[in-house]
Amino acid sequence: MVLSPSALGHFSAKRLRLWSLVRKESRQVVRDPSSIALGIVLPIVLILLFGYGLSLDVTNAPVAVVLEDPSPDATDLAASFQLSPYFDAQLLTSMPRAQELMLARKVDAIVRIRPDFSRQLSLGEAEVQVLVHGTDANRARIIQTYAQGAVGQWAARRTAEGKQVLLGPVTVQNRLWFNEANESRYFLVPGLIVLIMTLIGAFLTSLVVAREWERGTMEALFVTPVRPDEILLGKTIPYFALGMIGLVLCLLAAKFLFHVPFRGSVTLLAGVSMLYLLVALAIGLLISSTVRSQFVASQIALLVTFLPAVMLSGFLFDLRSMPAVVRVITYILPARYYVTLLQTIFLAGDIWAIILPNAAVLAGMAMLFFFLTRRVTQKKLA
Amino acid sequence: MFDSLLRILALSRKELLAILKDPRSRFSLLIPPILQCLIYGYVATYDLNDIPYAVLDQDRSAASQKLLAGLDGSKVFRRVANLNRAADIKTTINDRRALLVIQIDQDFERRLLSGQQANLQVIADGRNSNTAGTAMGYVTAIVEAFNANWRTEQGQNRSPVRLSTRAWYNPNLETRWHMIPALIGTLTLLQTLLLTGLSVAREREQGTFDQLLVTPFRPPEIMAGKALPSMLVGIVQATLVLLVAQLWFRIPFAGSFLTLYAGISLFLVASIGIGLLLSSVAATMQQAMLFSFLLIMPFSLLSGLTTPISSMPEILQYLTLINPLRYAIDIAHRVYLEGVGFRLLFPELWPLAVIGIVTLSAASWMFRHWLA
Repeated sequence: MVLSPSALGHFSAKRLRLWSLVRKESRQVVRDPSSIALGIVLPIVLILLFGYGLSLDVTNAPVAVVLEDPSPDATDLAASFQLSPYFDAQLLTSMPRAQELMLARKVDAIVRIRPDFSRQLSLGEAEVQVLVHGTDANRARIIQTYAQGAVGQWAARRTAEGKQVLLGPVTVQNRLWFNEANESRYFLVPGLIVLIMTLIGAFLTSLVVAREWERGTMEALFVTPVRPDEILLGKTIPYFALGMIGLVLCLLAAKFLFHVPFRGSVTLLAGVSMLYLLVALAIGLLISSTVRSQFVASQIALLVTFLPAVMLSGFLFDLRSMPAVVRVITYILPARYYVTLLQTIFLAGDIWAIILPNAAVLAGMAMLFFFLTRRVTQKKLA
Repeated sequence: MFDSLLRILALSRKELLAILKDPRSRFSLLIPPILQCLIYGYVATYDLNDIPYAVLDQDRSAASQKLLAGLDGSKVFRRVANLNRAADIKTTINDRRALLVIQIDQDFERRLLSGQQANLQVIADGRNSNTAGTAMGYVTAIVEAFNANWRTEQGQNRSPVRLSTRAWYNPNLETRWHMIPALIGTLTLLQTLLLTGLSVAREREQGTFDQLLVTPFRPPEIMAGKALPSMLVGIVQATLVLLVAQLWFRIPFAGSFLTLYAGISLFLVASIGIGLLLSSVAATMQQAMLFSFLLIMPFSLLSGLTTPISSMPEILQYLTLINPLRYAIDIAHRVYLEGVGFRLLFPELWPLAVIGIVTLSAASWMFRHWLA
C-alpha cells in the first residue's frame, strides 16, 4: 500500500514527470536530423512545390493548327486559337507534319480546318476537327473544352460583327463561386495542410513509439513511476507542437506567398486543425503501440492515413464520383472532414451548417482513438 | 571473377531470405501495391458520375423543361432542389447541397422563339475548381445537344460550326488509363528505395555491417548483393501492377513487353542507386525511412502523375529532368498506351542510364570513403 501523498504534492510530482518526458521527447526531435527534416523541411518543400509547381490549370498548351483552307474565314478561326491564352498554337498547312509532332508528343492536340471549311460554312454546316493526345485524360478534356471556347469566341465575334449568326440559340454563362479566377492553387494549398498534419501527426508519431518498443526502451520506461497516460501525453505534446508549427508555416505561405483568399476566421481554422491533429496523433500512437515495429508501423501509417488523405479526402478527387463501397469508407476517414472544413473556411467563410457537424465528427474521433490507444498502452509486456 | 559472382549471389540469397522470411514484410511487399493499384484505379479519376444540381427556373416554359430534361436524362446530373428565389442559390451552394445551380431567366423561351440569344447561367461551387470546371463542361455539352435539336425542329441546319473531337490512345478519356500504367514506376520506386535503404541501415544499426566487412566481401560486392534483391522485388511488383492493369482493369496494351521491361529495369537501376546513396547517409532505420519518404514526395509530385509537367513553372520543369520517376511514367505511358518502340523511346531511356551510373558510382564512392 502506497502512502497517499498530499493532493498538491501528487499533482506537482505528476507535472514534473510529464514535464521531463516532454523535455526528453522534444530533445529527441530536435537532435534527430530526420525528424526535423520531416517536421519542418518537408512542409516547406511541399509548400513551395504545391504553391508554385503544381497546377491542374492548362495554359499555353502546345497545339498544331492545320490550316488546309486558306480562305479569310478559316484564317480568322485559326487566329482565334493563336490569340487564346490557353494555347500555344503553331500554324501548319499539312496534316502529316502535325501527326508527326503529335507522335513525338511535341503538341497536345491538332486542330484541323479542312479545305472545304469556308464553303461548308456558307452552307451552314462547317466542322472543325480536334484531335487530342488522350494519355493524360484530364488535361485532354480541359483542352477540348478550351478548343470549344476558342471556336465559340470566334463565332460570337462574327455574330457581333453581323457577318453571320453562328451561335447556338442557347449560350451558357459560367460563374465559378469562391474561385472566380479558376486557380487550382486555391484548393491545392489548403489541401496541403491536410497532408502535412497527417505526416507529422500520424507518420512521424507512429515511427517514434514503435522505435521505443523495438529498442526495448518502452520496457525501461515501465519500471519508472511514469504512468501510461503520462507516456502518451509526453509523446503527444512535442509532436502536437511540431504540427502546429507546420500549420503556421502553411498559413503564412498561403496568405503571403500564394495569396489564397481567406474568408473564414483564423480562430476557427486553428480550432479545427487542432482537432484533426489530435486525431492523427492518436491514430499514429495506436498503430505503433499495436504493431511495435518501425517498418510495419510506417507502412500501415502510410496506408491508412497518408494515402487516404491524398486520395479519399476530396482534396484532389471528387468524393461523389467514387464507387459506393469506397464512398462508405471515406466516412470513417478523418481527412475527409478536415478537407471539407479547410476548403470551406478558406474559400467560402464561416458556414456553420458545414463547420459544426464536421468538427463534431473530428472531436468524436479524437476521443475514440485516444481511448483505444490508452487501452493498448498498458504497462505490461506482450 | 567467378568467386566474386558467387559471393554476390550468396549475399543476395541471404538478403532475399531476410526479406521473405518475415510474414509481415512479405505482406507489405505484395499486398500494398495491389491494394494501391485498386484504390487508384477506382478512386483516382477526375471524371464525374454524380453531379448534384439545383434549378432556379424562372421561365417554367416548355423550352426550359426540355433543356432540364436533357440534364436529368444524362444519368450524371441529379437534381436535388428546385429553387424559387435567387437568394436560395447562395445557401444551396454554401452548404454543399449542390455543385451547380442552373438559372433560367423568365424570358428564356420568348427569346428562343423570337430567334434571339437566350442565356443559361451556371453557378458552380469553386471550392474544388477542377471538379467544378469538369461539371460545367458537361453542362455545355448537354446545351450543345439541345441547341442542335432546337435548330432541327425549327427547320434550320443542325449547327453552323461544329467541333468534332477525337482522342488518341485513350478514346474515352479515362483517367484510369493514365493512372494505372503510371503506377508501375510510382509503386516500385517507393518499395525499392525503402528496401535498399533499410537493408543497409538495419545492418548498421544492429552492428552486423561490421561483421560483413571482416568477410572476404569487397565493398562493390556488398553493394551488388544489396542491389540485386531489390531489383528482383521491383520487377515482381511491376509485374503485379501490370497484371492488375491488364486482367482486372482491362486496359489494352499497345506496345511490346520487351521494351517495357527494358525501361523498367533501367528505372530500377536508377532508383536502387538513389536508395544506396541514401543508405550511405542514414545512420539508423528511422532516418533511412524518413529520408526516403522525404525524397519520394517531390519525386512523385514532380513526375506528372497528378498534375501535368507542362503546367509547372519553367524552373521546376528543368528539375523534373533529374527525376527518374518522370521517365518511368513517360515510358510506361508511351509503351503501354501508344505502343512506341526503342527508337522513339530513346530520349526517355538515356537519362535513366545516366542517373543510374551517377548514383551508383557516388554510392560506391561513399561506401569506400565511409569504410576507410
